Amino acid sequence: MASNSKETSPTATEEPQASESHEGFTKPQNEDARPDPLDLPDALEFEQTFKVYRGGTIKHDELGFDTDTLLRIYRNMLLQRRFEERSLQMYRKQNISGFLHLYIGQEAVSTGAMQSIDVGEDTVITAYRDHGMGLAMGMDPNACMAELFGKKDGCSKGKGGSMHFFSKEKRMFGGHGIVGQHIPVGTGIAFAHKYRGDGKVCLTFFGDGAVGQGAMHEAANLAGLYDLPIVFVIENNEYAMGTAVHRAFADPDLCKQAVPYGMPASIVDGMDVFSVTKAMRDHVAMARQNQPSFVEVRTYRYQGHSVSDPANYRTKGELDQKKGEDAIIRLKSYLVQHDLSTNEALDDIDDEVKQQVLDAIDFAENSPLPDLEAIYEDVYTQDDYPFLA
Amino acid sequence: MAIPVDMPKLSDTMEEGVLVAWLADEGEQVSAGDVIAQVETDKATMDLEVFDDGVLLKKLVEEGDAVDIGALIAVLGDEGEDISSVLEEFGAGEGAANGEAEAAEAEATEAPDEAPATAERAPSGDGAAQQAPVPAGDEAPAADDGRIKASPLARRMASQNELDMATIDGSGPQGRIIKRDIEQALEAKEAAPAEEAPAAEEAPAAEEAAPAAEETEAKAPAYQRPGDVVSVDDEDLYEAVPLSQMRKTIARRLAESKFTAPHFYLTIDIDMEGTIAFRKQLNDLTKAQERPKVSFNDIITKACATALRKHPDVNSAYLEKEGEIRYYNQVHVGVAVAIDEGLVTPVIRHADRKGLSQIAAETREMAGRARERKLQPAEMEGATFTTSNLGMFGIEEFTAIINPPSACILAIGAIRDEPVVKNGEVVPGKRMKVTLSCDHRVVDGAVGSAFLNTLQQHLEEPMNLLL
Amino acid sequence: MAELQFREAIRAAMTEEMERDEDIFLIGEEVAEYDGAYKVSEGMLDQFGPKRVVDTPISENGFTGLGIGAAMNGLRPIVEMMTWNFSFVAFDQILNNAAKIRYMSGGQFSFPIVFRGPNGAAGQLGATHNTSVESFYAHIPGLKVVSPSTPNDSKGLLKASIRDNDPVLFLESERMYGLKGEVSDEEDYVLPLGQAHVVREGDAVTLVANGKDYYIALEVADRLAEDGHQAEVIDPRTIRPLDFDTIIASIKKTNRCVIIDESNPFASLSSEIAFQIQERAFDYLDAPVRRITAKDVPAPYAKNLMDYYMPQADDAYQACRDVMYL
Repeated sequence: MASNSKETSPTATEEPQASESHEGFTKPQNEDARPDPLDLPDALEFEQTFKVYRGGTIKHDELGFDTDTLLRIYRNMLLQRRFEERSLQMYRKQNISGFLHLYIGQEAVSTGAMQSIDVGEDTVITAYRDHGMGLAMGMDPNACMAELFGKKDGCSKGKGGSMHFFSKEKRMFGGHGIVGQHIPVGTGIAFAHKYRGDGKVCLTFFGDGAVGQGAMHEAANLAGLYDLPIVFVIENNEYAMGTAVHRAFADPDLCKQAVPYGMPASIVDGMDVFSVTKAMRDHVAMARQNQPSFVEVRTYRYQGHSVSDPANYRTKGELDQKKGEDAIIRLKSYLVQHDLSTNEALDDIDDEVKQQVLDAIDFAENSPLPDLEAIYEDVYTQDDYPFLA
Repeated sequence: MAIPVDMPKLSDTMEEGVLVAWLADEGEQVSAGDVIAQVETDKATMDLEVFDDGVLLKKLVEEGDAVDIGALIAVLGDEGEDISSVLEEFGAGEGAANGEAEAAEAEATEAPDEAPATAERAPSGDGAAQQAPVPAGDEAPAADDGRIKASPLARRMASQNELDMATIDGSGPQGRIIKRDIEQALEAKEAAPAEEAPAAEEAPAAEEAAPAAEETEAKAPAYQRPGDVVSVDDEDLYEAVPLSQMRKTIARRLAESKFTAPHFYLTIDIDMEGTIAFRKQLNDLTKAQERPKVSFNDIITKACATALRKHPDVNSAYLEKEGEIRYYNQVHVGVAVAIDEGLVTPVIRHADRKGLSQIAAETREMAGRARERKLQPAEMEGATFTTSNLGMFGIEEFTAIINPPSACILAIGAIRDEPVVKNGEVVPGKRMKVTLSCDHRVVDGAVGSAFLNTLQQHLEEPMNLLL
Repeated sequence: MAELQFREAIRAAMTEEMERDEDIFLIGEEVAEYDGAYKVSEGMLDQFGPKRVVDTPISENGFTGLGIGAAMNGLRPIVEMMTWNFSFVAFDQILNNAAKIRYMSGGQFSFPIVFRGPNGAAGQLGATHNTSVESFYAHIPGLKVVSPSTPNDSKGLLKASIRDNDPVLFLESERMYGLKGEVSDEEDYVLPLGQAHVVREGDAVTLVANGKDYYIALEVADRLAEDGHQAEVIDPRTIRPLDFDTIIASIKKTNRCVIIDESNPFASLSSEIAFQIQERAFDYLDAPVRRITAKDVPAPYAKNLMDYYMPQADDAYQACRDVMYL
């Protein structure tokens, strides 16, 4: 009787189970060691436990956060929130066009995740709801706002827009617009880390909707097959556009998608930045040992899918209930309750952040539009490419 | 209110026009000033504009049809409007020029309610008819639909070499003119009798000579070559070429002139040495000033104009219908130019008041456009006197048929070397004969002779022209 | 000059480049243990080991995206498509990621990646395995598309493609892998991208053809030569960017053009060439541009139908005579 049981409650100190090491990516043919597939077992049993990181269970000192770090985290989460609130206003004033997908409500996910990696060395790739991720990684809010305004000083020179924030410096490998199609790219980024042996990991974020895409499954299989240094982070905010998870998936426990690819997986309360930090650190530690894994972060977006979505699909009172678990309010209460700061000091930070966002809007407004000649720039590295007229 | 569009009069001599191409479809909204068709007159291909806004409800003639002036060719109006009253009005009145148009009218008149259906069936209406596949091997004549089919390269080569595409037979599919046709035409042109380049000098008037030469050239390959074994019976006896508007007009007008105006002819021999020296001096100047070269013909034009000023009786017309003789106050000299399809006569207006350099430039420019059939009718109307020059073909003297309604035409022969007696000695001389054809109804022998004497003086002592 | 098979020339190009640069690796279905579905990568696993010659599951979307991510993160992947017919399950990766991320990031990232494999029809394989992909991919700004016709060109062009810092799609042919030809034994033989090759000079008609059709063009040129007409044969070599200058210069000389294009006709490579000719050389044309393409239908299976589907030398020959008004 064959049995495959995988206990996946690793802590940072536990040695993750890296697969048997071999020189390359593809497993060797090795005919002798392979069991005969026709030698059938009596029954095939399978069991896997998924660790759960509940909110409110982890203290800041367990994570080694000092007061400065905590205030920096608080400030950053607020920055994401205020930045997006103003973005919405700017959209309504028609300074921003196209799609605008807001991250409001999910800030603990981006912020917590960034506490688990070495930003600027490790790599991150995410989907189109990318403003929060960019700001969490330390991208300049001025350049980000200018990008939304379609200006020359935007982080992508005004050529990307809301869904396409990139920063090579921060190793932010983008904002991507086609659901799930960036997940194989994340796998390739991780492949390059392993190929070079640089010890870096790639965090690949995507929404619950992307789990239905074949690309995710192909990417997960390759990562599992090649033992890549990657963490697949499912930001389950309950809705893929307007379709709730239970209406889209035969099994709504999305973390179980790790199973066929031989990976550990965890479930995390995404409304608590400490839980996210803890979970991500555990999984990043696995990745550093070339053990790919899944993290399902359960979170919630307050806004509709995009600015044109009134979100009528929510149940009555649902939004208010979720706002009661708001990650920023939770952190603020925690800081005050633990005498790490005061309401006044934290409100001062809020005021500073609000001003910072207003300054970003000023910057964006004053930034010039891209030059028309720029339309032919950045298509190719070749600088004399003969474009057709 | 349905609006009739009838064949306009597009030149002074036009009596009918051929609708060569429709540029608007039935059912199409048109506005005042829009060009809906092209009409070939006796002189040029002209745009046919409409003067009202409306939907083109019906076309009553087909491309290629000849239509009398004033005949109905189309009806404008509001969508779906009953046009029977217009059709009746024209049907009862002047009538359409050809049977088909009449048939179309009758059909529409009998069943006015069916007008839209009739319109759909109209041959040049929409899709179906136009898309009908051309049968394989259908070598329709190039100008079949009034449009010359040619490859872009052939067009460019023709334009660069000032070839008239209308005279070239296309050997490509559907008669398309292609590179090799142009090359052949160029070879033929080179082989043809050398014509002098300056436009004015190659302005031969002759109704007969130049076109005849062209025709011989063009048809040469059709003749049986010695040694060919083809039976004569297999050969077509002739090639029928439909009369062009221009050829018809030339025929009608010249016949009318020759048979109604009693012609008489006065010939005078002019010593051209003075003019030759004068022209040389003049062209040394024009060359230095980078102005167009002055031809003998230009000097003759100017000399005629100056002489006409002095002899207004010659600058006249006999108008039988009006019951009057007109003595023109202005001098407009027509200069006959042979073009491939026939003969046109651009007019140098106020030639008496223009300098030689200006006459030279105008003549050259208009002759060039005449060959491209781009002269406007107005530029060919209103001559009070005409000259015709066949000197460049070596014709010593000839008589020309008067260009009505003018009273006279001057036929100019070649300048020839001739021994002349001067001061009792035989010396080489330069002589030119000109022959004045006069309409005896208005110009008498003495009047014509006096004019020729003045002309002779002017050419023998060209300084007179400056006085 | 060494005589090499097409597949050997491709292998030589990859091997030389991989020996030169550690960041280059080959990935795809059956490239390692199986020695390549068409034996193009034969022996490369032994030479470079499993880190640099990587087998994948049947997962084009996954491994194409993986290659793109690896390029984005500094490597220089060669991704083998077992055939280009299978690339369409990875179409989004090529269209939206390989081609556009550089632009969307304002030039922050580059994609030095080569996708290569056999293109077009390979016999009686039915409709799914006989697609000519030139126009699908050449349509996309951000990509380069290369189509070699000879072993020599495949070596020089593949080395250039691997060295190029932009994504290059390299279109080979199952039918041509066994074809032998002289290959330059210059030590580092690189042919620049974006330059067409005037294979044969002439003034009677311009024949443009790539890949398998190149050989049809040569056959047609031979037949025309027997008739006393010298055709100019142009092999574009690179489909995007296409070297229109060379084609236009030729049209100005011959005044006529026949394109042989294995793609289905609508909005194809031949459409674009014909468009450019009318735009840039209208006044030089003495005849309409003609093209011989695959029929405007999916590829059939039956032998007679498949033969009829493909561009035929007889048709190309007749088209040449037509545009020459013979």
